[in-house]
Amino acid sequence: MMTTLVRFHIKNALRSRWLVAHFVLYLLITEGLLLASGASDKTLLSLINVVLLLVPLVGLVFGTIHQYNGREFTELLLTQPVRRSVLFGSLMAGVALPLVASFALGVFLPFAWHGGVTWYQGVRIGTLIGLGSVLTTTSVAAAFMVSTGQADRVRGIGTALGLWLIYAVLFDGAVLLMVTTLGQWPIEKALLGVMLLNPVDLSRLILLQVFDAAAMMGYTGAVFTRFFTSATGYLVAGAALVTWMVLPILAARHRFLRQDF
Amino acid sequence: MFMLLVIMWSLEAWSGQAAPPTGGPIADRIAAAAPHDTVRVEAGTWTEPTIVIDRPLTLLGEPGAHILGTGGYELLVIEADSVTVSGFTFSGVDRTFMEDRAAIRLQDAAACRVTDNTFRDVFFGIYMARAADCHIENNTLQAQITSETTGGNAIHAWYSKRLTVAGNQIDGFRDGIYLEFTDDSRVTGNTSTNNLRYGLHFMFADRNAYADNVFSDNRAGVAVMYADGITMQRNVFRRAWGASSYGLLLKEIRRGEVMDNTFDGNSVALLVESTDHMVFGGNTFAENGWGIKLMASAIGNVFSDNTFRGNTFDVSTNSRTLDSSFEGNFWDTYEGYDLDRDGRGDVAHRPVTLFSVLVERHEPVMYLHRSLLVDLLNVAERMLPVLTPTDLADPQPRMRPPL
Repeated sequence: MMTTLVRFHIKNALRSRWLVAHFVLYLLITEGLLLASGASDKTLLSLINVVLLLVPLVGLVFGTIHQYNGREFTELLLTQPVRRSVLFGSLMAGVALPLVASFALGVFLPFAWHGGVTWYQGVRIGTLIGLGSVLTTTSVAAAFMVSTGQADRVRGIGTALGLWLIYAVLFDGAVLLMVTTLGQWPIEKALLGVMLLNPVDLSRLILLQVFDAAAMMGYTGAVFTRFFTSATGYLVAGAALVTWMVLPILAARHRFLRQDF
Repeated sequence: MFMLLVIMWSLEAWSGQAAPPTGGPIADRIAAAAPHDTVRVEAGTWTEPTIVIDRPLTLLGEPGAHILGTGGYELLVIEADSVTVSGFTFSGVDRTFMEDRAAIRLQDAAACRVTDNTFRDVFFGIYMARAADCHIENNTLQAQITSETTGGNAIHAWYSKRLTVAGNQIDGFRDGIYLEFTDDSRVTGNTSTNNLRYGLHFMFADRNAYADNVFSDNRAGVAVMYADGITMQRNVFRRAWGASSYGLLLKEIRRGEVMDNTFDGNSVALLVESTDHMVFGGNTFAENGWGIKLMASAIGNVFSDNTFRGNTFDVSTNSRTLDSSFEGNFWDTYEGYDLDRDGRGDVAHRPVTLFSVLVERHEPVMYLHRSLLVDLLNVAERMLPVLTPTDLADPQPRMRPPL
């Protein structure tokens, strides 16, 4: 039952023009950057900005819209003898998997046909795609939370955009405020903990560590580098990322199972 | 009587040209040599007490000549003028905290040459005290010291003048080349790498010229302090990487030139502090964390025709008012246009971003590097400068890098 439903939902998502546009968008951005400055670190750095900006936005908006569009059919399926958990799993996979795949392929393919990628850059591209996939999953799960609880589609999409704004901008604003007011205190380590609370920031810090360590030198940089290159750092960052994938999914599932449609 | 004198004289001349006695310790051969003799030392390992050269002569090591110490003393001390030492391998000088123990010490010597020697596992390599007009050329110096406090310097000069230090390969000391109270000298074509402190270090050393050297992977880069009238040209400063590492650190420097150098991949490429009336031209700053850290204490410096490419911060400063000027540099972050096509941008470029100012004030802000918020703030600040220095601007930036 699960596989049938997953296959159906993936097929359904693949029919969406938005998904194709999503794929083409990443393909064009990566290809454009590669044509402009070659397979250099600069290309990869520009890609970071794009990925950190677009991936959560697309995950949230596409996830929400897709849910609302498929709502009648979801309600129809709910009247059938299908377990809710199975239905949720298939819906979730049906959006997240195609999104992850189109993002990953869109970024990967241009590098593949341009070639000339060193092993080091390969690791960096891999990290970028991996973190992008985690962020996609997280944001799709968040989108499910929103669309399941909110029947009004306009308010739902508004909430999704608000969430994106919080994680992409407002959270950082709060951090900036915190640093400038508590600047006299040794808050470097505490800040690392705060950064774990936002998957976008966490991904950005990991990518920074992999990419341009130069600017991260100085005392802050030293604390930061020591954390992210230590075994504890890997474990904590990895655990935080996994939590950021699993927790929203579990929360969305919980809500979906209890929702009165 | 006259005939006798002629014969004596020609005998003297003949003995001067002949090879000095071979075999026996080097010290004995030097003691037996007349001024301006050439003493040749054949291949082999020579271990003897400190060899003192007290008369002008040429000490030539044939390939394989190795002067090996047992650790507790200096190998060769030059106390006379016009001494040449060439072709040896020196090793076996242990570190000590009591003195600057060196493989070769030049003490009050002038017009000496130390060329084509190899130094391995020595504390200090070549130590010059009150030397003048000496040439230190084409030597190879290698050490693997493990901590800054227990290491010596490869080439060290103290109260010397008119030295030429050229074409040496230095690796793994505390300071690669250290000039202290040493004036009117030239340091050219050396390679100084993997030193635990500075690749090149000079203090109170005036009117010196540094050209075509390569300094890379030194823990703290290159430091230049309290000097007047220096010129640095076509040097490469590479990978000074770490919390307090500088490609080139200038402190209390006056009236000098830093031209056509390359700064590549340093944490901070150039730190300018309490430095006045210097000209920085034609340098390339590429892929550094900070291109230039310009402190408020720097006065009347001119930065022109430099290239800034791929740095995280091109210029940062700790002050809103600055007395240095930027003219016709190329900035890869420049967003202006060139309507009259004269190769110069029509609107001024402000290289100091709000983010760099914030980082300068509160270092942990660095955590927000490359976030959307920071990009937005930088754009807003560029439109309406509030915190960034308004007078730090390049009024006519280049559209293309200078050739």
